Amino acid sequence: MVITIYAMLSILAFTTFYPFWNALVISFNEGKDTALGGVTFWPRVWTWDNYETVFKDDRLLQAFFISVLRTIVGTFMSILVTAVFAYGMTKRDLIGRKYYMIMCIVTIYFGGGLIPTYLLIRGLGLMDSFGVFIIPSLVSVWNMIIFRTFFSGLPEGLKESAKIDGCGDWGTFFRIVLPLSGPVIATLSLFTAVAHWNDWFVPSIYINKEYLIPIQTLLRQILNSNIATESLSQIDAAAAAALGRFRTITSRSLSMAIMMVATLPIVCVYPFVQRYFVKGVLIGSLKE
Amino acid sequence: MTQLTIQTKKTGSAGAGVVIRIIRQWQVQLMVLPALALIFVFNYLPMYGVLTAFKDYNLIKGFNASPWVGFKHFEAFFQSPDFLKVMRNTLVISGLKFFIGFPAPIVLALMLNEVRHRFFKRFVQSVSYLPYFISWVIVAGFISSMLSIDNGSVNILLQKLKLIDEPLSFLSMPQYFWTILITANIWKDIGFNSIVFLAAIAGIDQTMYEAAEVDGASKFKQMFLITLPSIMPVVIIFMILAIGNLLNAGFEDILLLAKNPILWNVSDVLETYVFRIGIENLRYSFATAIGLFRAVISVILLVFANLIARRYGSSLW
Repeated sequence: MVITIYAMLSILAFTTFYPFWNALVISFNEGKDTALGGVTFWPRVWTWDNYETVFKDDRLLQAFFISVLRTIVGTFMSILVTAVFAYGMTKRDLIGRKYYMIMCIVTIYFGGGLIPTYLLIRGLGLMDSFGVFIIPSLVSVWNMIIFRTFFSGLPEGLKESAKIDGCGDWGTFFRIVLPLSGPVIATLSLFTAVAHWNDWFVPSIYINKEYLIPIQTLLRQILNSNIATESLSQIDAAAAAALGRFRTITSRSLSMAIMMVATLPIVCVYPFVQRYFVKGVLIGSLKE
Repeated sequence: MTQLTIQTKKTGSAGAGVVIRIIRQWQVQLMVLPALALIFVFNYLPMYGVLTAFKDYNLIKGFNASPWVGFKHFEAFFQSPDFLKVMRNTLVISGLKFFIGFPAPIVLALMLNEVRHRFFKRFVQSVSYLPYFISWVIVAGFISSMLSIDNGSVNILLQKLKLIDEPLSFLSMPQYFWTILITANIWKDIGFNSIVFLAAIAGIDQTMYEAAEVDGASKFKQMFLITLPSIMPVVIIFMILAIGNLLNAGFEDILLLAKNPILWNVSDVLETYVFRIGIENLRYSFATAIGLFRAVISVILLVFANLIARRYGSSLW
């Protein structure tokens, strides 16, 4: 039985890893050569061409910039607003606390759905603005609950002594509570940042201006046109081959390079943040 | 009469008292009120906007000026030829996700628990968590590259194994769509979803295993008689959540993998249907009605699942 388990886990690890590896290999292989087939584990005709094309494309660089900007600004703002909110909610003498909490919990189970939200965002004039990335996701009820649980667990004496020393609620929050909350901030920032970086849907329905489109949405547009060429090749293989002969870069090799660039930030930070997200899952799944 | 005036005076002064007390604690109130305002705007206004489903919404006229039409859009949906198709796809896809996708991480956790080499275990865990953090756009890109008709790795492998003669264009063949979709979902989430179950396993009292060993229970028996029953409470909680999600067959994954219109017959589920009807065909009221229908059934399912779970001693609320 043990051998079967090791074998199955090895297969799982391989099938998980292979698509990444194969995409990386194709992104370093000459597009025309990839089209000949058989490129699997190692590049056959090594080239930087695909990446050079990516980094010369202003549209891609702009999209990359928008993604980075929205991830940094969006994560920072959301964590700040949500943490302040959560700290306020830990105060027992907060008037209306019970009603505020009910107001939050309800949103976990009920929502307006896609179309009413869409019409609201339209009505608020957030279409085609950078704000649509940041403002609707400023407050996360889930994160608030996790923050609140963490803040409540901090020793009461610390907050008391700050109060005696003349700190107001805001002062206590920024000088005492926040510096003690490193791990929980790191965990929640990580998940918020990943969500921002990976989001392609919000821009695809709210953004029409090209310069505001982030990398994931642009990548989707490029991959869609890629599918178009694939179905074209089904109809007429000769035509597709002719198309490929014009240049060494194919839409496939190029999109693999873009995919690698869009994945890179996540793969780079991944080893360092692993211990945080394991912790994060467990905090998140704790019953309130 | 006099009593009445006294009473109003009392409540009036109490109301003023609350206002004064709120103003006195303005610092804390200032922490929570802006966030609550945002929640009100972005969560509660759309709930009111659900009424769009009972109107003939017109972008130019706006919400208030659009006429009320009652249940017209619901009736239209139930009678449309798409209704049965969309419901079937929704139930089949979410059913497959539930019966295959839900147990998969539990099986993985049980297997990882049997691994004694720490390095191997950590390696498998690290690799299997990674896809969870990759966007669906990129996952869909991987899949269409793997399954590509011109030299996708899957086609190369199947041809080498002599299972197929000609490369197949898997992503434009309706009969393979459900398999691809479920596999992709398991591929992406299995590792990450196993974390919770692994943690539950780690919390099991080790002396139980020692006792079982003394009694001569095999590893296999220990897995079924100790590990699995011990993590059952956690499994049940996640099962309730999964049942509440039975009408969420998927959204991003289906939207991205079913680009070819040939697939729509097997890929259209309630959520993606709402998206296409509403955002792409601009039939806002009709789409809102479908979304509302889905939301109502979901809440009923969640309450129902929780009722069952309560019988077995675990409950969400």
